[in-house]
Amino acid sequence: MAAINRDDVAHLAQLAHIEMSDDELDRMATELAVIVDSIKSVSEAAGADVPATSHPIPLTNVMREDVVGHVLTVDEALSGAPDAASGRFKVPAILEES
Amino acid sequence: MTASELIRSSAAEMAAKLASGEITSVELVQAHLNRIAEIDGGERGIHAFLHVNGEEALAVAADVDARRAAGEELHELAGVPIAIKDLIVTKGQPTTAASKILEGWMSPYDATVIKKIRAARMPMLGKTNLDEFAMGSSTEHSAYGLTRNPWDLDRIPGGSGGGSAAAVASFEAPLALGTDTGGSIRQPGSVTGTVGVKPTYGAVSRYGAIAMASSLDQIGPVSRTVLDSALLQEVIGGYDPQDSTSLTDASTGLADAARLGNVKGMKIGVIKELHGEGFQAGVENRFNESLELLREAGAEIVEVSCPNFGYALGAYYLIMPSEASSNLAKFDGVRFGLRTLPTEGPLTIERVMGATRAAGFGDEVKRRIILGTYALSAGYYDAYYGSAQRVRTLVQRDFEAAFAQVDVLISPTTPTTAFKLGEKLDDPLSMYLQDVATIPANLAGIPGLTLPGGLADEDGLPVGIQLLAPAREDARVYRVGAVLESLLEAKWGGPMLNQAPELASTAVAAEEAN
Repeated sequence: MAAINRDDVAHLAQLAHIEMSDDELDRMATELAVIVDSIKSVSEAAGADVPATSHPIPLTNVMREDVVGHVLTVDEALSGAPDAASGRFKVPAILEES
Repeated sequence: MTASELIRSSAAEMAAKLASGEITSVELVQAHLNRIAEIDGGERGIHAFLHVNGEEALAVAADVDARRAAGEELHELAGVPIAIKDLIVTKGQPTTAASKILEGWMSPYDATVIKKIRAARMPMLGKTNLDEFAMGSSTEHSAYGLTRNPWDLDRIPGGSGGGSAAAVASFEAPLALGTDTGGSIRQPGSVTGTVGVKPTYGAVSRYGAIAMASSLDQIGPVSRTVLDSALLQEVIGGYDPQDSTSLTDASTGLADAARLGNVKGMKIGVIKELHGEGFQAGVENRFNESLELLREAGAEIVEVSCPNFGYALGAYYLIMPSEASSNLAKFDGVRFGLRTLPTEGPLTIERVMGATRAAGFGDEVKRRIILGTYALSAGYYDAYYGSAQRVRTLVQRDFEAAFAQVDVLISPTTPTTAFKLGEKLDDPLSMYLQDVATIPANLAGIPGLTLPGGLADEDGLPVGIQLLAPAREDARVYRVGAVLESLLEAKWGGPMLNQAPELASTAVAAEEAN
């Protein structure tokens, strides 16, 4: 399995929407390399014939009646937002102007 | 009875005194608020609480007293106060997850467990400290300062639920709520000499617990006695349609199980892989003592092997960050919490998100998000996340094979006693190893309980004993736990916390610092 390097961390930070300074990238790459190395045995532990478990206690077809349930009011939903206008969340520009 | 004796009682004893009219709930809540004011603040304070909810707690207490005086039938724990881990959302009190990204955030709704606590009329003393988003084993990763271990103020109280455990251990609260994803209830319980239980996955609703790893997270009770945890799990447990993983057939009769008082004929399995090498000598000694006591009480002790547990920690550190990285994507600076604007360049939502998450998340949270993003990324998914899920099956099979031979399993809860503050901060991997004995239960969804097993010879610090049972058999860990607790207390001549050092008042120091 490939080791994790500084460029990988920079790419992952971008995917995860976390700005990182050069120092932070260096430190994170070193720490993650150690962690990734220590968990690599996992990929050798189970053969392909072992089924994957996604949930500890499998439940299927968990449904509810199709009626309006507990919902927040608009004011409640917006109460913790950094910015709101006209009953909606307000965000900065979605696209960069070109 | 003095206030100092009162706060040292168990929750069950407090409930009995309230029912008999010997004390009022207002007196009881005030005694705990006084204790918090005396020892929680200041440079050398315990700092278990991020928010103290005195006014509401006293109002609920006064209401309980009035109802009781009027002869109303009340819940057994009505009027007994409780502290809430600050990962669980509450109306009327801030919920921060110990993160800067949620500083001052007020939830518009109550978690299901909070609704149940309100319905039982238990006054909430406040919100307790934790590692940011419950990521850590020492509570040092809180954005709002560390919590101290009441047994030794220079040591960690465990994590992530160090605040809840320290509050209960230092008599600031008789009960608390915790959450356990890989040991966050049981490891703090172990290092502070308290009791904590991770119920069967789905036995207690997770609605309103800020999610870290959804397939592992579980809310559970924190207390000083096994019976108290059983009583609290009965308050918060049960089916909840708002949590689609909630069980309709969870274990009942937990307090009855704790009161049963015998283990004669039960088969208890010692997990070969979870003691011995890598475990502190004093931990091993206390563990062997507990085995001897259970044997004398008529239980049959056998050794079982769980050969795949060696892979459990690695699998956990792939599954947990993977789920955490997607659960924490919602902190985007739009719907709640912090918004930080980039200092230069165009002001787009993507750049605002990057700046917000950079400023709002601490190092450990960033580390886990990056690790999870890595494990889930194209080309690595099968090798990492897929493999980890297959290991999860192997761990479940190990438990199935073990429980085919025995009724409950037993191990030390943690490999060591409480380590010093700061000792493992620069070495994330050694911090992760703290959870080696607690993680398998989360991977398999089974219940686990920790109770105090004595003090280690080499450092005089608490050792925890862990009991595990099959899914939906929570009653068994309460039954065996209560018996072991009474055998140990008979040996010690009282609860283990009686041996904890007296805490000096920090109230004056806190006053001066303000």
